[in-house]
Amino acid sequence: MKAFLMYKDHDFDLQRKLPLNEQALIQDLELKTLFNAMALGDEFLDEVARKAVLSGENDLDTILYRQNILKDCLKNPSVVRQMYTLTVESIESQKKNPWGIFSRYPSSILYNSVELLQIFVGILKKLRTISDEHSEKFESEGFTALFAMLKKELSDEYFAIVQNHLNELKFRDGVLISAELRKGNVGINYILRKSQDKKQSWMNRIFAQKPPVYTFYIHSRDENGFRALSELRDRGINLVANALAQSTDHIRNFFTMLRIELAFYVGCLNLYEQLAQKEEPMCFPVPVASTERRHSFNDLYDVCLALTVKRKIVGNDVNAENKDLVIITGANQGGKSTFLRSIGLSQLMMQCGMFAPAESFCSNVCGSLFTHYKREEDATMKSGKLDEELSRMSDIVDNIKSNSMVLFNESLTATNEREGSEIARQIICALLEKRIKVFFVTHLYEFAHGFYDKKMENAIFLRAERQTDGGRTFKINEGEPLQTSYGEDLYNRIFGADD
Amino acid sequence: MTFHSILFEKPEDCITKETLEAPVFFVDLNLDQVINAITASRQEEYNLKPFFYTSLNDIDAIKYRQEIMRDLENKTLYEHIRSFAQKMHTVRVHLALADKLYYKYNKEGWVLDAAEIYCDAVNCLVHDLSLLVLESRGFLAFREYLTNYAKSDRFTSLLTETKKLKADLSAVRYCLLIKGNRVKVRKYESEIDYSTEVEKTFEKFKQGAVKDYRVKFHTDVGMNHVEGQILELVAKLYPDIFLNLDNYCAKNGNYPDEKIAVFDREIQFYIAYLEYVAILKRAGLKFCYPEISNTRKEVYDYEGFDLALAYKLITEHSSVVCNDFYLKDKERIFVVSGPNQGGKTTFARTFGQLHYLASLGCPIPGREAQLFLFDRIFTHFEKEENIKTLRGKLQDDLVRIHDILNQATSNSIIVINEIFTSTTLNDAVFLGKKVMEKIIQSDLLSVYVTFLDELASLSEKTVSMVSTIVPENPALRTYKIVRRPADGLAYAISIAEKYRLTYDCLKERIKS
Repeated sequence: MKAFLMYKDHDFDLQRKLPLNEQALIQDLELKTLFNAMALGDEFLDEVARKAVLSGENDLDTILYRQNILKDCLKNPSVVRQMYTLTVESIESQKKNPWGIFSRYPSSILYNSVELLQIFVGILKKLRTISDEHSEKFESEGFTALFAMLKKELSDEYFAIVQNHLNELKFRDGVLISAELRKGNVGINYILRKSQDKKQSWMNRIFAQKPPVYTFYIHSRDENGFRALSELRDRGINLVANALAQSTDHIRNFFTMLRIELAFYVGCLNLYEQLAQKEEPMCFPVPVASTERRHSFNDLYDVCLALTVKRKIVGNDVNAENKDLVIITGANQGGKSTFLRSIGLSQLMMQCGMFAPAESFCSNVCGSLFTHYKREEDATMKSGKLDEELSRMSDIVDNIKSNSMVLFNESLTATNEREGSEIARQIICALLEKRIKVFFVTHLYEFAHGFYDKKMENAIFLRAERQTDGGRTFKINEGEPLQTSYGEDLYNRIFGADD
Repeated sequence: MTFHSILFEKPEDCITKETLEAPVFFVDLNLDQVINAITASRQEEYNLKPFFYTSLNDIDAIKYRQEIMRDLENKTLYEHIRSFAQKMHTVRVHLALADKLYYKYNKEGWVLDAAEIYCDAVNCLVHDLSLLVLESRGFLAFREYLTNYAKSDRFTSLLTETKKLKADLSAVRYCLLIKGNRVKVRKYESEIDYSTEVEKTFEKFKQGAVKDYRVKFHTDVGMNHVEGQILELVAKLYPDIFLNLDNYCAKNGNYPDEKIAVFDREIQFYIAYLEYVAILKRAGLKFCYPEISNTRKEVYDYEGFDLALAYKLITEHSSVVCNDFYLKDKERIFVVSGPNQGGKTTFARTFGQLHYLASLGCPIPGREAQLFLFDRIFTHFEKEENIKTLRGKLQDDLVRIHDILNQATSNSIIVINEIFTSTTLNDAVFLGKKVMEKIIQSDLLSVYVTFLDELASLSEKTVSMVSTIVPENPALRTYKIVRRPADGLAYAISIAEKYRLTYDCLKERIKS
C-alpha cells in the first residue's frame, strides 16, 4: 500500500539530500518566510515544505500531477486536513509505548505488536470511512488512486481477517508448534501451526482413529523447566512475532509516508489561505520543457514580500520567449532585487507543484537553480571580497549543468567596473554557450551595455522604472541599460534636493 | 607392499618412545620457534611435536618422506587431505561430545552423526585418491589399504545402517502443544504454517526494508530436561526407529579404523610443515628437496635463509635476505666474521636448521641443496651476557666445548657462536686455535662465528665468510654473508664511523 501523492509511482524521500546551495537559496530568496507561512509553527510541516520546495522536479508530468492534487485540496481543505490529523494520530500512538517492540523475547515482541496493530487497525478504519464518505469530491489522479486503493485493500472482510489473527495470536488454547530432529536428535525447525480439525463432523470425530498423544507437566517449582519451556514456545513464535512486528513497521511506514505527502499539501493550503486573505492573485503555472526558453507572466510578485508587508504589492509583467539572458538594470531601490527574488521564488514554487504568485505564469523548468548575490564583507577575514565572490562562483560552476538557471544580483562589484565587467562578461558568455539561463541584476554599465550592443536574439534588457520626477513605481519594464542608476535621486531624497 | 605408517615405511623405523622434549640445540638454532609456529594450531589435537623432535638417521627413510611431501605439493591432493582431516576432526568432536552428554537419544544421535561423517570422509578420500597420480611409496600403499578397507564388510555394513537410520530420523515430525505448564507431544498432522498465513495477511503494507525482529536462538548440541522429556516422548511416537538406533549404537561402538586414525594424525606432520612453507613461498622465498649423503661433506645451499627470522620478517612485511654457501674438496669449516648485526649468527643458525630439517625429510629453504646426513648436531652459543665472574664464564665455555668435542664423531655437525669473548684477545686467539685444531682433526662439518680474524685461515679446511656492509653507508646492513678473506680493517673503520669515533669525528666532538 502506497500513498503516492507526490509521485505517480514512488515515495517522496524525506531523507533526500538537498542541493549544496541550499543555504544560499534560503538566504537569497528569503525562503524562511515562505516556509514559515506554510508551516505555521509546525516543525514537521516546515521540514516537508523545505524538502519539497528546495528539491523541485524537472518532470512536467510530476508537476502537473501535484498541481491536480493541490487543486483537489483547495476544493476540499477540511477533508485533507482531517486525513492529515489521522496520520499524526497514528504516529503519536506509537510514542505512548516508549520501548516500542524491541525485546529479546519473541513473546513480548508479539504481545507489543498485537497491541499496536490493534490501534493501527482502528486508524485504518477511520481512514477508510473518510474515503467512503468523500472520495466522490476528488478528481485528481493521485487522490482517486489513493481512495480506490483504500477501498480495495481495506475491505470489511479484510478487517475481519486481521481481527481474527489478532485474537488468535493471544493463544488462548496454547501454542501448537511442529518440530523435526536435527543433529544429535535435538529439536529444530520449530514452526507455529494452526490446527484445522475444528470443523470435523462428529461422525469423523468418533470413528477417526485417535493418534497417540503423550503429555507431561512442568512442576510448579521447576523454574528451569519453565524457562526451558518458554524458550521452546519462543522458538515457535519467533517467526510470527517477526512477521507481526514487521507488519506494524510497514503500516507505520505507510502512515508516515501518507503524513509526509499530505504535509506538503497542508503547507500549500496554509500558504494559499494567507495569500487569499490579502487578495493577492494566484495561478497554476504552466511549465514547459527545460530545453525551451520561456518566461511569460502577468502580475508576478514576490510572495515573501507579500507575506511581510501589509499593503498590496506591485507585480510585474514580462514576456520573454527564447531568451537565455535577462539583464536588469535601473534605479536604485526600484524593485530590481524584489523582481529577481520573485523570479527565483516562482520558479521553485512551480517546480515543486505549487501555485505561482501571479495572475498567470509560464516558464521553462530548469535543472537546478543557483543564486549569486553580493554578500557582506567576509567577517572571518579569510579572503578578500573578490576572492570570496569568485570562490562562490567556482562552487556553482562545480555543480552546474546545461538548462540550469542562475540569478546574479549585483555580482562582481568588489572590483572596479572595467574589471568586474570583463570577468562578468566572460562568465556569462560561457554560461550562455552551455545553455544556462541567466538573470543578471547589475550596475555594471560596461557589461550590461556591451551585451546590449551585441543585439543578441536571445537576450532581453529590463529596467527598473523611473519617473521623470525621480519617483519610483517599482515596475520593471523593457529598456536599454542606462549610464546612471539614479544614485543621485536617492542621494537627493535622503539629503534633500535643496542641498 | 603393506601399508604401515605414512611417516615410517618399515615398522622398525618407528619412534619407540615419543618425546615431548626438544633436542638441546633447538633453542640455539631457533628451531623451537620454527616448530612451535608449525605445530601451534595443531599441537593439542595431533601432538605433532614428537615427530619434529626426532630426526631420521637413514637416507631411505628420509626419501620416503620426501616423496610424500612431493606428492602433497600437488594442490589437489593437499586439499583432499585437508578436507579429510577436517571431517575426521568433526568425527572426534562429535564422539567426545556424545561422551559428555546425558540423554541417551541425544548421545546416540551424535554417535550416528559422527559415523555418517566418518563414512563420508573415507569414501571421499577413496574416490579422490583414485583420480590422482601418486608417486610416493607411502601414498601408494595407503591408497591400497584404504580402498580395501572401504570394500570390507565391516565398513559397508556400517555405511548402510548409518544411512538408513539417518533417513528414518530425519523423517520424524512431531508437534508440541504448550499451554501453561502442560506439554502435549504427538505426531505432526499437516497443520498449516501459521506464520506464513499471518505474513500473507499483512503483505499489502510491505514497503521498503524494515528491522529484522527475529531473535537469534543459539542452537545447542545438548538438551535441557524439558527437551529431554520431549525427546523421550517422541521416541515413544516412533518406537521402531529409536529401537534401531539403540541396537546400532551397541553394535558399532568403535568404528574408526585404527590405521586410518593413525594416518589422520601422522599426515598432519606434512600438512603442518607445508602450510608453514606456503606462507614463506608466497613471499617469494624458495624451497627445495636436498640431496642427502652420508659420505660427501661437500655441502651447499643456494638462496637459503633462517626460517624463524624469515617468518618473523614476513609477518612484519619486511624483506628477507637469502645467502648462499658451499664447501668443496677438503673444506669443512665456515669461519664467519664481520660487522656485528650483519647476519653472522643468522648464517650459523641457517646452516644448522637446514641440516636438521633435511633430516626430518622436509623441503628446506633454498633453490638447490646438497646436505650431509649427520649423526648428531651440537651447538655452542653464548649463554648468558651477565655472568658474575669472568673466570666462571670462560670456564663454563671450556667445559661445554670439551663435552661437545668428546661426544662428537666425524659425522657430527658443530655450530659455534662467539665463544671466549670473556677473556683477553691473546687468550681468545689461543683457545680458539686449540678448539679449531680439534675440529679440523676430527674432520667435523661446522660453522664457527668469531670476531677473531686469525681463525679464518688456519687450514685448507676452513672457509672464510664475511658479513658485508654498504660502503657508502656503513650503518646499513646488507645481511649478505660472502666468501671473502677476513679483513678486520674494512669493517673496523665502518664500525668506528657508526659510533662517530673516527679521527675526523673525534676532532669535531672533542672540544678544545
